[in-house]
Amino acid sequence: MSTTGDDAFGLYVHWPFCLSKCPYCDFNSHVSGSVDHGQWRRAMVQELETMAPWVCSQNLVSIFFGGGTPSLMEPDTVAEILSAARQLWSVGPEVEITLEANPTSVEAGRFRGFRDAGVNRVSLGVQALDDDALKFLGRDHSASEAIAAVEIAHACFSRVSFDLIYARPGQTVTDWTRELRQALALAGEHLSLYQLTIEPGTAFHAIHQRGGFAIPDNDEGGALYEATGETLARAGLPAYEISNHARPGAECRHNLVYWRAQDYLGIGPGAHGRLTNTAGQCRALRTHRAPATWLERVERDGHAITEEAAIVPEERLTEVLMMGLRLREGVSRDRLRRETGWTVEALFDPTMLTDLIGAGYIDITDTVLRATPSGRQRLNAVLAALLEALQWPSDAAAE
Amino acid sequence: MPDGPYVPGKFARRPALPMTDLSHIRNFSIIAHIDHGKSTLADRLIQYCGGLADRDMKEQVLDTMDIERERGITIKAQAVRLNYIADDGETYELNLMDTPGHVDFAYEVSRSLAACEGSLLVVDASQGVEAQTLANVYQAIDANHEIIPVLNKVDLPAAEPDRVRAQIEEVIGLDASDAVEISAKTGLNIKEVLEALVTRLPAPKGDPDAPLKALLVDSWYDSYLGVMTLVRVYDGTIKKGQRVRMMQTGAVHPIDRVGVFTPKLTEAKELGPGAIGFVTAAIKTVADCRVGDTLTDDRKPTAQALVGFKPSVPVVFSGLFPVDAADYEHLRDSLNKLRLNDASFSFEAESSAALGFGFRCGFLGLLHLEIIQERLEREFDLDLITTAPSVVYRVKMNSGETKELHNPSDMPDVVRIASIEEPWITATIFVPDDYLGPILSLCTDRRGEQVELTYVGSRAMVVYRLPLNEVVFDFYDRLKSISRGYASFDYQIDEYREGDLVRMSLLVNAEPVDALSMIVHASQAEPRGRALCGRLKDLIPRQLFKIPIQAAIGGKVIARETISAMRKDVTAKCYGGDISRKRKLLDKQKKGKKKMRQFGRVDIPQSAFIEALKMGDA
Ligand SMILES: Nc1nc2c(ncn2[C@@H]2O[C@H](COP(=O)(O)OP(=O)(O)OP(=O)(O)O)[C@@H](O)[C@H]2O)c(=O)[nH]1
Ligand SMILES: C[S@@+](CC[C@H](N)C(=O)[O-])C[C@H]1O[C@@H](n2cnc3c(N)ncnc32)[C@H](O)[C@@H]1O
Ligand code: SF4
Ligand SMILES: [Mg+2]
Repeated sequence: MSTTGDDAFGLYVHWPFCLSKCPYCDFNSHVSGSVDHGQWRRAMVQELETMAPWVCSQNLVSIFFGGGTPSLMEPDTVAEILSAARQLWSVGPEVEITLEANPTSVEAGRFRGFRDAGVNRVSLGVQALDDDALKFLGRDHSASEAIAAVEIAHACFSRVSFDLIYARPGQTVTDWTRELRQALALAGEHLSLYQLTIEPGTAFHAIHQRGGFAIPDNDEGGALYEATGETLARAGLPAYEISNHARPGAECRHNLVYWRAQDYLGIGPGAHGRLTNTAGQCRALRTHRAPATWLERVERDGHAITEEAAIVPEERLTEVLMMGLRLREGVSRDRLRRETGWTVEALFDPTMLTDLIGAGYIDITDTVLRATPSGRQRLNAVLAALLEALQWPSDAAAE
Repeated sequence: MPDGPYVPGKFARRPALPMTDLSHIRNFSIIAHIDHGKSTLADRLIQYCGGLADRDMKEQVLDTMDIERERGITIKAQAVRLNYIADDGETYELNLMDTPGHVDFAYEVSRSLAACEGSLLVVDASQGVEAQTLANVYQAIDANHEIIPVLNKVDLPAAEPDRVRAQIEEVIGLDASDAVEISAKTGLNIKEVLEALVTRLPAPKGDPDAPLKALLVDSWYDSYLGVMTLVRVYDGTIKKGQRVRMMQTGAVHPIDRVGVFTPKLTEAKELGPGAIGFVTAAIKTVADCRVGDTLTDDRKPTAQALVGFKPSVPVVFSGLFPVDAADYEHLRDSLNKLRLNDASFSFEAESSAALGFGFRCGFLGLLHLEIIQERLEREFDLDLITTAPSVVYRVKMNSGETKELHNPSDMPDVVRIASIEEPWITATIFVPDDYLGPILSLCTDRRGEQVELTYVGSRAMVVYRLPLNEVVFDFYDRLKSISRGYASFDYQIDEYREGDLVRMSLLVNAEPVDALSMIVHASQAEPRGRALCGRLKDLIPRQLFKIPIQAAIGGKVIARETISAMRKDVTAKCYGGDISRKRKLLDKQKKGKKKMRQFGRVDIPQSAFIEALKMGDA
């Protein structure tokens, strides 16, 4: 069984609780005084067992504990979910098992427990290496605390990644490259570097709307992005996705499942899934977002699915392109042909393809359609252009 | 007064008024430069004569349209009949006509003058003679008016009545020794004005027994009464039930009502010689009433029609397009409704590749354009895009045919054109001499030819011949900004002249944008082209591809700019949970594009057009 095969699938486990809500965050995260860990453990396992039969593939390549703040889970909960997974599928040592962690001392104290439960990779939300920036981001840890947490992580896990948020108000290319060098000194094999996004519904959105702060515009953001790409490539962690950088071979297997538009099962509140049935049809699943309701439903029905919809072929193609072009590797011709029955050349208006290639935004080889680094930097517009130039499906051409 | 509150257009409950003896009638227009206080003086005269009770009084009570009140200007001339008991103990009927001061509405002034024997020339004593003072007083002199100069605003510390009196004599050549010094604001010397009207203006002449001969001065649409016409009776009488013939159109209508404005709408038994009042009849549209036409009795017609006056002609043309294409029909209905009240603008359907379906409209000037546009937006709740105003060109074809060109995009192929003529104006500018230098260079810049330059104290009066297209471009804004608002300006169209005119097209991504093409003088093409390209460069958001913006004459590019490609446009994080939402966003974005006008690969948002088309500083 190969990990790149299109039958690869991932398991996502959503832990919805955080100690406090960060002002930029629009994830399904909740601050709750008390969590009955035993009850949650049972419910998670229950939902996993209910949904597992819906997965057609046996090729589990990754398990990911995300959030929220999964480092607030009890290691026993992680262990039980993993042992339930082992009952369902074969989980060899090559299966990537990641847990997202916040870099506070409390959580770092649990790292050994997570490792013993089976976790073999951690991703830490460091966010910044500057105390003022951390304060601005509403984080409840300092830079030195975060650095210490990364060091403990290195001691416990062979695979460590951490996240930083850049393009913060007033941040210059010089500031950022300095912070990046510091980060590289601390980093292992993988770094996620996100430009700060003002998400609707967040506290930052409201403040930003009324002019409380300004973030770099697309010009400045572009310069920061370019500087990031160059610095990381030079350090041997080139970007394999828009915001993700890794030593070759150390890419996050789990996130590749998303970007390669492979199947995944999502359990826990607000988790999404994409499952292909034996007939080759892809379905989208989503569970209830509110923790209390989710719990209630799982206890009652064995799962908390609130949405289940077929993804029609056009939508699926959009997803394949939208996700796949984020990757340096692009989307394979084979995949496109499998989704549509058409060649790349037939799928899109040729003049648009010529223009996009001419402008250096995309690249079409014998095997793949991919966005170039400069195309990835403008992917929203490139995608819009490609989708507009889409000639499929058309009554005229379809036989 | 026993009747109810003053509501413009509503009838007062009062007995119908009797006819006044000719010798006791005085008809006069109040004329002045903008803002010199005509409407405020009308307020005082109305108040003094008891036309309105104090509780019904407000400032510039005759400016009834919302837009007039908001902008503090008069757009529409208004007639009011007042009764004044003079020092001689007799009661006089005074027919007052308040007129607009702005040059675009000079036509309103000329109609009012035609209905009167005399004028009150109001001059702001703190400002002195200005461009429209001169233009309007000359019109009054041409109309053989007796003119009473009035020095207004003497309450202001800056008022210099003596200097202004001298100025009137020097510049206009009018005896100002008897000019009345007033304050329309405080009411100072209003009685003196009334006495001057009675003693100095001639009574109208006319024969009540002769066949009816009345001048159709104005017409408008009233939502209660339908089409109303304002008339000035010269001979005979006009009354309810009478069958009246409009001599130019030949149409015959039985009269429903006659009456006057006091300023309340008040029915009268009849209107006799010298009277100014309204009549209503079952007339369907204002367009059926030609202002300047003569009304006569159908059974006993007069032999000789009145001279009348020429209809106003639109001189500035511009395209009006609904922002939302679905509003096209609504725009048409609204234009039709507005035209019921204002026959001086014209419209015809036009279509543009850039802006869709709309109307090419003709206006009396830029203010008129602005007012119509604003009324459409406000009274009819429309969002409009207005294209750059243009004048009417005469294109002489090789075939000998002459075409009137209202729209630059209709310009025929140059190889078929023998020559193009453009309208020229005579412009009179009053300006404090501190600003004279820059104003003269502005005029020269805009292809002006100096006709006259005289000084009146520290002010200069400059007369220039200028091409009208330069004036509609941005001349007036520049004039005001150069002189910090102190220059005043009036113009008259005088002739068409051949010019080295070319059509400049604007190309976005090599595709012409019809709504942005313009006719310019060859000497101005390059700087204008550069300015417009520069403006568009700032207005069109950066896109995926770089976009050339070019100004071209025929196939020759005379200016170009390039909008460079956007530097970054990408979503930072996109994981399993984001997929459905982001896919839907992409679909929505695809639909949103429909709101943009596409030029090849380029989406130009509506707002960029609106900005680019803002008149003035392109
Ligand atoms: N101080 C002072 N202000 C005056 C006097 N008469 C008019 N004004 C002010 O001058 C401004 C213009 O007055 P209007 O009566 O609207 O002038 P107008 O000549 O009718 O203006 P248009 O109809 O736009 O040409 C208003 O703000 C008046 O209040 C006056 O005697 N003294
Ligand atoms: C699931 S989230 C957070 C996981 C963890 N609870 C934490 O806060 O570290 C994963 C990452 O997305 C990034 N992120 C979240 N919201 C963001 C935003 N509005 N703009 C940019 N990056 C964001 C952060 O770097 C965060 O670590
Ligand atoms: S950023 Fe992480 S810690 Fe902060 S609220 Fe979101 S999920 Fe919780
Ligand atoms: Mg007025």
